[in-house]
Amino acid sequence: MKQLLSGNAALARGAWEAGAVVAAGYPGTPSTEILEHFARYPGVYAEWSPNEKVALDVAIGAAYAGKRAIATMKHVGLNVAADAFMYVAMTGIEGGLVIISADDPAMHSSQNEQDNRMYAKFARIPCLEPASSQAAKDQMLDAFAISEQFDTPVLLRVTTRICHSTSEVILGDPPPRTGLGDEAPQTPRFPRNPGKYVMVPGNAVKRHPIIEERLRRLAAFAETYPGNVIVPGSSGLGIITAGISYQYAREVFPDAAILHLGMSWPLPADLIRNFAESVNRLIVMEELDPFIEEGVRLLGVTVASDHPEAPRKWVEGKNIFPIIGEFSPRIIREHAITAGLLPTSAHVATPDLMSSTLPPRPPVLCAGCPHRSSFYLLHKLKVPVNGDIGCYSLGFAPPLSAMHTLGCMGAGISVAHGASKAGSPERHVAVIGDSTFFHSGIPALLNVVYHHSPVVTIILDNRVTAMTGHQGTPATGDTLQPGQTHTDPSTGQPTLIAIEPIVRALGIQHVQTLDAFAVDEIEATLRDFLQLDGPSVLIALQPCALETSGRARWRPLEVVADQCNGCTLCFRLGCPAILKSDELDAHTQRPRASIDPAQCTGCEVCSQICPRNAISFRDDALSLATAESTEVRR
Amino acid sequence: MKPLNFLLVGVGGQGTILASDILAHVGAAAGLQVKQAELHGMSQRGGSVSSHVRWGERVFSPIVGAGEVDVLVAFEELEALRYLEMLHRDALIIVNQERIIPTSVTTGAYTYPTEPTMLAMFSSVTTHIIRVDGPGIAGRLGLAKAANSVVLGALARALAVHKLVEPPVSDEIWLTTMAERTPAKFRDLNRAAFCGGQDAMTLVGMA
Repeated sequence: MKQLLSGNAALARGAWEAGAVVAAGYPGTPSTEILEHFARYPGVYAEWSPNEKVALDVAIGAAYAGKRAIATMKHVGLNVAADAFMYVAMTGIEGGLVIISADDPAMHSSQNEQDNRMYAKFARIPCLEPASSQAAKDQMLDAFAISEQFDTPVLLRVTTRICHSTSEVILGDPPPRTGLGDEAPQTPRFPRNPGKYVMVPGNAVKRHPIIEERLRRLAAFAETYPGNVIVPGSSGLGIITAGISYQYAREVFPDAAILHLGMSWPLPADLIRNFAESVNRLIVMEELDPFIEEGVRLLGVTVASDHPEAPRKWVEGKNIFPIIGEFSPRIIREHAITAGLLPTSAHVATPDLMSSTLPPRPPVLCAGCPHRSSFYLLHKLKVPVNGDIGCYSLGFAPPLSAMHTLGCMGAGISVAHGASKAGSPERHVAVIGDSTFFHSGIPALLNVVYHHSPVVTIILDNRVTAMTGHQGTPATGDTLQPGQTHTDPSTGQPTLIAIEPIVRALGIQHVQTLDAFAVDEIEATLRDFLQLDGPSVLIALQPCALETSGRARWRPLEVVADQCNGCTLCFRLGCPAILKSDELDAHTQRPRASIDPAQCTGCEVCSQICPRNAISFRDDALSLATAESTEVRR
Repeated sequence: MKPLNFLLVGVGGQGTILASDILAHVGAAAGLQVKQAELHGMSQRGGSVSSHVRWGERVFSPIVGAGEVDVLVAFEELEALRYLEMLHRDALIIVNQERIIPTSVTTGAYTYPTEPTMLAMFSSVTTHIIRVDGPGIAGRLGLAKAANSVVLGALARALAVHKLVEPPVSDEIWLTTMAERTPAKFRDLNRAAFCGGQDAMTLVGMA
């Protein structure tokens, strides 16, 4: 049966067909949908763990217990999980273990574009790189087979254009009964094998030679691995490629010979040497780092020149194609023309556009976003703000302009602490989301308490992991599969992990949980906290604006035209529902504000900050509307 | 058949990705090889959204390069302008008559292009321009959110009129695919909106 599947859906399907029964991950673009799809298959367990390291340890536990397991994460998530990644490369596994790293060349939604194939080389484990949805599914099955044959975790590395591209997939059979539940075979007794699984130095030194030998055997396996394929060509040009670049190679160079590496680590030395002998120009086409190119160079592979007396030529790659960003057929074509691989007639013209400066449309905090009030106030208070990763990262952008550092998940609190310890002359505010607090904020906050710095931490608690598409957090009772949380028998309610008690348990004395829309209260509390000698935490609580149920009866606000004098203060909120109207204030000649009723959720942040009471509150709008409808009835 | 390259653009929340999912499945149902590529992530927070769809006998790349788009389907007017450099000179533009004002305009830093500017920019690229009043037609049917179905109806008719796919894709395939991929309760409404878009397209096309 054929079906159109995204790369992420195909990876999930492949894991299920392979009989994987445990999956864990942390949401992150472009990886998120892998786990969401996998969780819907019967007989499997899948969870959103609080962070990627926890997720990988969970998957490792399942693999040690003899079951097939996957861990999913975006590329930077593997940095968080790197400690686990490195030890499991040493121990090996019982059941197959596949770690999926979804890389983001061009940084469509990431802080860097690191090339995680490097991690496979670093840990001495194999790396598979699918080039389509079909390959994503098929190579997931390959990855499990390799994992168990060689007693190794396997890195399955995809990129945004694989994850979020859709193409046809021929589905395989459902898995044999290896799942969880009544019909599944019993899980074997957990191994008692400390020499293999207890990585104290005395055991680890004995494992290292095994790992090196494993890599040699894997390199021999790569020579005949069916995922490494030669597409014959006629032009004398030979291209070595992997992942999505393979598709661009086929499209732009229909006559070239192509060595398509479905497994980009370890490299098949003989296959590459033989391929090189069959062509008279050899190039590697790969996004980001010259990973394969350097490997080919280290093998000492060269190509015979056209003239027998001329020296042999090295492989080419990053001298032709960019090291930065992602490829496209156009980028490949244009660089190939420059390098003389294609004639200039291959150039594809773009239209001569009338020059016009178009208004940009960057992502913004949504109308009614509960984060807006905090950033408005932080901007007003002119404090340095150390931020974190989530929707609230958008607080850096004008007009809110209230975030001055942002590096990775969980960094903000510790960066603020370090700056304070360095004698930074201002009080630092760290801003972190609820999901990020669970991810990596807790140890950082513990450190602020124990080593005592006057960092003010704002936890923006919108009750959800919003940016990646509304995954539940441990504070919500909402889990990836239904009913995963323990239910308290005395109350019948799920066991929730509330944030404020954790903050208090860490030893923070000054804690306030406030309504994120209570502008004056938040301002007063922040002003108090900024005077304290010790650490403090403000939890700004309101569900995400896209979770509309809590606001079902709220109504759009209105600008009272006679009272608005166009002072522009409300524009500083950067709310997409607040528009500049065509109407000028007679006195100031400045445009008055207006509110787009289609976007406004009625959060009342603007009503509270307007100095002239020119924006209605919900109750006012209600009475106004009631009055109008009464009028109509008359 | 050389691959037919579509680019669908809009603003986060408009349903651009769902429309491109439908378009991809229509191509597959018509027996073509199909690839589709989209960008998620931060674009969902009211940002610019784009999705590539390719239909053909053999399709390699899921994305289309600048100068190679055959059909631009824009659910918002400013977004149509933003992606014009992706088109070739004979391309077809189908643009929904909807304007969503970005904050860069509300803050006064930029102005939204005027209608004459917009039309002049379209005309500088191609003569095949179809404007569809998606919100108006869908609104008269009772649900403004069905605007995308109106646009897909116009697209279906335009593909037939311009003979961009041979043999043409039947209305049956379009309607069945839409019904399969949208909530059942909106089935009749989406069908009416699709037909409304087909009719509206005819009027503009003749003018």
